[in-house]
Amino acid sequence: MEWLSNLFGSYWPAVEITGWTLIKIVAIVVPLMGAVAYLTLAERKVIGYMQVRIGPNRVGYFGLLQPLADGIKLLFKEVILPTASNKTLFLLGPVLAIAPAFAAWAVVPFDMNLVLADIDAGLLYILAMTSVAVYGVIIAGWASNSKYAFLGSLRSAAQIVSYEIAMGFALVGVLMCANSLNLGKIVMGQSGGLLHWYFLPLFPLFIVYFISAVAETNRAPFDVAEGESEIVAGFHVEYSGMAFAVFFLAEYANMILVSMLAALMFLGGWLSPVSFIPDSFLWLLAKVGFLLFLFLWFRATFPRYRYDQIMRLGWKVFIPITIVWIVFIGGMMQTPWAHLFH
Amino acid sequence: MTFFGLHFQDLVFYTLAVILLMAGLRVITTRNPVYAALYLVLAFFTAAGIWLLLEAEFLAITLVLVYVGAVMVLFLFVVMMLDINLDRLREGFWKALPIALPVGGLMAVEMVMIVGVRNFGVDKVAAPAAHPAGYSNTAELGRVLYTDYLLAFELASVVLLVAIVAAIALTLRERRESKSMDPAKQVLVKKADRLRIVKMQAEVEKTEVPDAEVATDASKESK
Repeated sequence: MEWLSNLFGSYWPAVEITGWTLIKIVAIVVPLMGAVAYLTLAERKVIGYMQVRIGPNRVGYFGLLQPLADGIKLLFKEVILPTASNKTLFLLGPVLAIAPAFAAWAVVPFDMNLVLADIDAGLLYILAMTSVAVYGVIIAGWASNSKYAFLGSLRSAAQIVSYEIAMGFALVGVLMCANSLNLGKIVMGQSGGLLHWYFLPLFPLFIVYFISAVAETNRAPFDVAEGESEIVAGFHVEYSGMAFAVFFLAEYANMILVSMLAALMFLGGWLSPVSFIPDSFLWLLAKVGFLLFLFLWFRATFPRYRYDQIMRLGWKVFIPITIVWIVFIGGMMQTPWAHLFH
Repeated sequence: MTFFGLHFQDLVFYTLAVILLMAGLRVITTRNPVYAALYLVLAFFTAAGIWLLLEAEFLAITLVLVYVGAVMVLFLFVVMMLDINLDRLREGFWKALPIALPVGGLMAVEMVMIVGVRNFGVDKVAAPAAHPAGYSNTAELGRVLYTDYLLAFELASVVLLVAIVAAIALTLRERRESKSMDPAKQVLVKKADRLRIVKMQAEVEKTEVPDAEVATDASKESK
């Protein structure tokens, strides 16, 4: 340590902080990648059982090594660069898709004081990061120089941009209740048991948020962006091997992120629903796990939405609902029942 | 070890500033409009980084959220779908140059006169003081916007609203041939509106079966 601090001289405090932060980032990203890998297995298993199939069960006991086998297979596949594509942007696309999906985790708290960056504008930061994720999709679709990829990217980008608004408005309700943009403070504002969690006073916003989250991540039943019967596979049709896998990782990382946010902002995060069981990180895991199960359940249950219906739902149903509810909360806060909304 | 005697923060600032200037330059020099839009995105991002150094985290994050996340996405959308002929864009370059050059030069001189060292030099503007740890840029901005500058803030929002309504009114065209359906009416449709069940007797076509054959079959089976 001594020689290191001599080497960097006056920069040592900054370098030390950077080093520690890097270690913490690895401590977040590695379990996250594991969760993404096993979410793909969970998806195949859950949907398998819902459709009275077994799902993957050959690699490892109960199919538990299947994600590893998939990863190794994708790593060894050739990454094909289409001749007519824009090579630089073609490779930049996947990077821009996954970087914001991971960067947003910087402000996500896992427990009291267990957070990488405890910043005041945490929620704004997450909204900014998730809004940047759309560049990966747009650039991938354009750089592929293929009509299916381009149409897919246009659909997907239009959908993401539309539902972002409903999602943002749903979160405004949470801000009004919590009086803070800091995710840790939002969770602590819900302390006091199940009845104090924000999903009760903000029930319409919770529903809007979660459905928007499904649409935002381009998951079924809102997955027209990769409607295989119309546009083959959407924006990543020209990608193969690891470049495709990165898009895949980004989609699942985004699923986990939006479930995490829903758990933190509406379901009390790591807080216990009843007073006689202590608060714990395990509660957060259970809540996120349940919301992720909903994602898979939706995919096994609902038929795909038509594109114009998706747009109508986002613009003409969800956004008005959120605006009305925000005004309603604002009004209720001026009445004697204001304590119900804090 | 120090680079040119700079503090770490200065080092970060100059790195961001170089990237910002390069990106800004590439926006106007690159030939591909999609590249130009992407360089502008990079410029916004680095500008947000510089604002973060100034502890203006709300403005920095909002810059990314609004300009990078919404405005530039729509820009890219349009630029991507255009079939731009680069040669035609450069056609009138030499003809317009004699007029463009003095106008551009005049604008540059004006800008230097206003935002130059004389008005915004280091000695004119006090160095930003570092804030204590509990300082929240977001809360401060909100307080000022809704107290001291309430009227200006509300007026700005009304102007924006008018602009939105005007944009929609200018571009909205009723399409006569549109076959769009009203989902509310679709949902209200009952079975009785669409389906008529007709009760009628079953019509059985009678076929002649010779009695003798049936009898002989039965007698064979009994044997």
